[in-house]
Parts: sequence; C-alpha cells; structure tokens
Amino acid sequence: MVVTSFVDPLVLTILVINFLLLGTSRIGAAINGSALQGVVLGALTVFVHGALATRPLVVAVVAILIKGALIPGMLRRALRDAAIRREIEPLVSYMTSLLLGALATAAAILFASDLPLAPEHVGSLVVPGSLATVLTGFIILTTRRKAITQVVGYLVLENGIFLMGLTLHEAMPFLVEVGVLLDLLVAIFVIGIVINHISREFASLDVTRLESLRD
Amino acid sequence: MAIALFLVPLLGALAAVLVPWPRWRPWLVTLGAAAHLALVVVALVDGDVQAFGGWLALDPLDRLALPLVSTLFFACSLYVPTYLALRRGGPTRMFCAALLLFLAMMTLIIESHHLGLMWVALEANTLASAPLLYFNRNARSLEATWKYILVGAVGIALALLGSLFLAYAALRSGLETSLLFDDLVRQGPQLSKPWLHTAFVLLFVGYGTKMGLAPMHSWKPDAYGEAPGLVGALLAGGLTTCAFLALLRFYHIADAAGDGAFARELMIAIGLVSMAVGAVFMARQRDFKRMLAYSSVEHMGILVLGIGIGGLATYGALLHLVANALTKGVMFLSAANIHRAFGSKHTDVVRGALRRVPASGAIFLAGFFAVTASPPFAPFLSELTILRGMFASGDYGVAAAFLVLVFIVFAGMGGTVLSVVQGEPPPKLAETGFHDSIGTVGPALLLLALVVLLGLYVPPPLNDLVVQAAAFLDPS
Repeated sequence: MVVTSFVDPLVLTILVINFLLLGTSRIGAAINGSALQGVVLGALTVFVHGALATRPLVVAVVAILIKGALIPGMLRRALRDAAIRREIEPLVSYMTSLLLGALATAAAILFASDLPLAPEHVGSLVVPGSLATVLTGFIILTTRRKAITQVVGYLVLENGIFLMGLTLHEAMPFLVEVGVLLDLLVAIFVIGIVINHISREFASLDVTRLESLRD
Repeated sequence: MAIALFLVPLLGALAAVLVPWPRWRPWLVTLGAAAHLALVVVALVDGDVQAFGGWLALDPLDRLALPLVSTLFFACSLYVPTYLALRRGGPTRMFCAALLLFLAMMTLIIESHHLGLMWVALEANTLASAPLLYFNRNARSLEATWKYILVGAVGIALALLGSLFLAYAALRSGLETSLLFDDLVRQGPQLSKPWLHTAFVLLFVGYGTKMGLAPMHSWKPDAYGEAPGLVGALLAGGLTTCAFLALLRFYHIADAAGDGAFARELMIAIGLVSMAVGAVFMARQRDFKRMLAYSSVEHMGILVLGIGIGGLATYGALLHLVANALTKGVMFLSAANIHRAFGSKHTDVVRGALRRVPASGAIFLAGFFAVTASPPFAPFLSELTILRGMFASGDYGVAAAFLVLVFIVFAGMGGTVLSVVQGEPPPKLAETGFHDSIGTVGPALLLLALVVLLGLYVPPPLNDLVVQAAAFLDPS
C-alpha cells in the first residue's frame, strides 16, 4: 500500500521549483530545476495510484530516466558546447516574472476551484498544480531570450501537462502514455539538434538575433 | 486496408532511406504517392475501412479529406524528380524519406478515430516536416524551422492538454472513458460541461496553431517563405487540411454536448480575425512567398468562419477545403518556379515573370484569380456558397465584413502579383539556367485544371462526399 498523502507535498515541491525557475538567471540551475521536477513527477506517478502496481512503476522509471536524466543531460551538453552560463537580460525582469508566476498560480487555483472535480480528486492539489505549472512554463517560454531557457520553459509546460495526465492515468491507454513520453523525447531531441545548428550559424544562442524574417 | 493506407508510404520512406541510387530516389516518392492514391480510391469504393477495434476508420469527413490530401500529394510528387535534379547536392535522402513520412502521418491523422493516436500522428507529422523546411540549410531556413518547431510544439502541447481535459470531462461524469471520437460524440450530452468547455478552447488554440489561424499564425510566413515551394504546397494544402479536420472532430463533440453555440461564436470571431490579419499583411507584401502564407491564414479563417455560420455555409466550407488545398498547390508550385528562375522572391528583383517563364507566370496569375475567388475557379463557387449561407442564416454583418475583407485581399494581393508577372525582367539579372519544362509546369497545370473543372462543374461523386460530410457535421 502506497501512501497517497505524499501527493500534495510532492505537488507543492513542483510549485516551489516553478518559482525557483522563474527567479534564476543561471541556466545551469534552470536545467537542474526542470530535471528535479521530472524526478518528482516520476515519484508522483507511483503515489497517485492507491496501490503499488507494475504499470505506474514502469511509467515512473521511464519518466525519471527521460525527464530527470536524459533531456537535462542533452541540455547541459548543449550548454557546454555553446559556453554560456547566464541568461542575458530577459524581456521582463526576474521580479516581474516572479510576480507573473504568482498571479498565474493564483489564477490556476481559482480556475480549478470552479471546475467540478471527480470525487477522488476533490481537495487535491494535482489539478491546480498542473495548471499553474503549465502557465509557468508558458511565462518562461515567452519571456526568456536564450533558446536553451526557452526549451526549459517548454519542458516545464510539458511537466504541467504530465501532471494533469496523472489524474487520468487509469483511464488512458498505455499507447498514449508511451507516445507522450516518446514524443517529448523526440521533440526536445530535434529542438536540441536545431539549437546545435543555431550555435554554429550564429555563434550564440540568442533567439532575438533570429529576426531577419520580419514584416 | 486501413493499415495499408499509412503503411505503404511508411515503407516508401524506409525504402527512400535505404535506396543507394540518388537518381532514382525521387521517383520513389512519385511511386509511393501513386500507390497511396490508388489505395485511397479502392478504400473509398470498398466502403468499410476499419482496423484496431475502431481506432482507425473512415467517417464522411475522412472520406472527403483523404482523397484530397492524396491527390495534392500526388501532384506535388510529380514535381519532386525535376526539383531535386535542379537541387543536386542537397540532402535528398532525408528529403524524400521525410516527404513520404509526412504523407503517412497525414493519412494517420485523418484515419485515426482515437484522440491519443491522432495526437501522436500530428506530433510525428510536425517532426517529419522539420527536415523538409530545413532543406536549404542556410541561416534563414534554420530560423524558420526553429520558429515552426517551437510554436508548433506549444500548439501540440496545448492540444494534448485539451485532450486530457476532454477525457476528464468523461471521467468526471463517471462514464467509461473511451477516447474514440464516435463514443465521445455519443456520450456528448453526459460530458461534464465546464471541462468540455475548457477542453474545446485548448483544443481550438492547439490545433488552430497547427492550422495557422490568427493570432496563432506567427510561424506561417517564415515557414512558407523559406520552405521549398513544394513543401509550402504540402503544408498549406495538406497539413492545414488535417489540422482543420481535427478541429471539426472536436467541434462535432462540442456540438453533440450542447456547447455548439459557443464553439460557433468562437469560430466566427477567429475566422474574421484571421481574414483581417491576412488582408492587412498581404497588402504591399514584397516577398511573394510570404504573401502566399498570409493568403493561407486568410483561407483558414474562411474555413472556420463557414463552419461557424453553419447550414449551407458548412457545405460551402467543406467545398472550400477542397478548392483551397488545390489552389494553394497551384500557387506554391508556380511561385517556386518563378523563385528559381529569378533567384529571388522579392518584387524588387522579380518583374516580368510572364516573359522570363511564360507558363509559370501565367499559371501564377491564374492562381491569383482563383485564390481571390474570381469566376470560373473553384474557390469562387465555394466562397459564394459560404456567402449564401450567411444570408440564409441572417448574419448580414458577418457577410458584409466577409465581402469587404475579400475585396481588400484582392486589391492587396493583386498589387504584388501584377508586379511579379508584368513588365520587363531586370536587364542585369544573372542567368539562373531555369526554364519552364514539363516536369516543373506539369504538376501546377494539373492542379489548375482541377481548380477550373471544380469551378465549372462539381462531379457527382465529389458532391456526394461533400454533402455527406456536411450532413455528418450538421444533421439539421
């Protein structure tokens, strides 16, 4: 028997990491934060289910391997190759993005309290936590200028969606689970390749330089 | 049968990777396309196509979209051998394999009646189009590919979140959560309304991003501007068709659940916004491939607008789906020829296309009249039907806005197109070695012939397909 009372503290951990990601200027720290989120999500996959079963365990292991190790590894490698450490001036200040994150989290909680939850999810943080994480990812994605930090933002967004998926785990077929994880891997993989090329072509990972195509 | 439809192009892609003779590889694409078209015809005549317990099936919407996509791809595949002969030294192995993979995934999106499977196919399709966009391997195509993937990835992510919300709507009501579309439509009235409502918005934004509706269209001008013309044709006519089909499925579920009025209002609003954005950015556009991208934004707007109006306009929108996809093929393939012949896609350099490449220039000009809904071309018929639908339902304000926007588009696009085709080519222009030939003009001419034919006369089998699809969506 697995204790479901671990669920809310773990979701809270994810929310705390959201704010760390919003406030940090160090790209290495951002990558570590998203990796930690991946590990917590993997743990959650096991705890969300009332009883220990093979299927959630497998998903948890795969999620931790991909989100916690593989993708962060690729990102760190890209970071090392491009020799950058810090996000340069983001489009809005870190203080503003923290405030935006707080607003987004509040909005997510309000919005989720309006949605009628299934009896087993009432009072749980999973649904509002998922929405808040999706919005945080979106904020990072749109306000940061380095391609690699944008990828971190996208990872956070995907993590939020994965959290939402946990509420439906029993209802969703296996194919979809695997598809989600595989596609995440491949998408980031391709984005990673593209980043690689960007660094060669522009000698920098600053996407604001990508603006020769304008109207 | 259902499996063969996507397995044949998939095996073709594999063969394209393995075949060691670069000269014959492009013909594999043509061969794969021909085989696919033949299979589609058999599947349509055969009728009952199902696999994997209903995960793959053909409903009336698919029976319209599948032959359309297959025909467009076949015409484009005829262009591939000549195009790749002109671009020797490029990454042809990757390009041919990605083209066939693209076809396989479009087929899978159309065929799949399972929420998750359709989403996976859309994701795979996006990945398959990345090497197609990056074919030119320069900084600008890299930038376009980066934007396409990043914006597309966010759209796909929101679509997944929307799918989860939709599944939750079923879970909340204690229904047996089947993610098959037919089950969801049947369960519609019992689905939890607030969840369904949010799900529809997320799905609309997600799949609308892939379709390129304004304001989620930011990837489109760059992608269409930098991609090879043939890839532009496949994105503007094929991928957008698939994304629209996905939207229609969710509209169908929302409608069955009694949330149709909201969905229609959203579609009318976004449709008009897309038309307006297209109209504004097309005026004085100096890059004629970017102009085509904004034209695509406009026509995606017309499609959702027609569905939003409903009734006769639903028939019009589905007819327009066919007309727009074929016309976009004409425009992009002829634009690609002009681009090659001048070595530029800017109106500063490109003048007098009718003199330098007479056939391509003439087709481009005819395509312009077609795409702006002039008679006797197919878009005229379909847009007129949508307009009649607006009058029939009493949406006079929308009809007026529609007419004004269509007129602005005609004027704005006309300026660019006329300066491309008319006049004398610049005297100092370097010889590019490109001339009109059967291989480069034939595919566009074939598509133009179809656009004219459908404008004059809709063959009964096609009309049946459109009527059945419209009745499927709008039973009243």
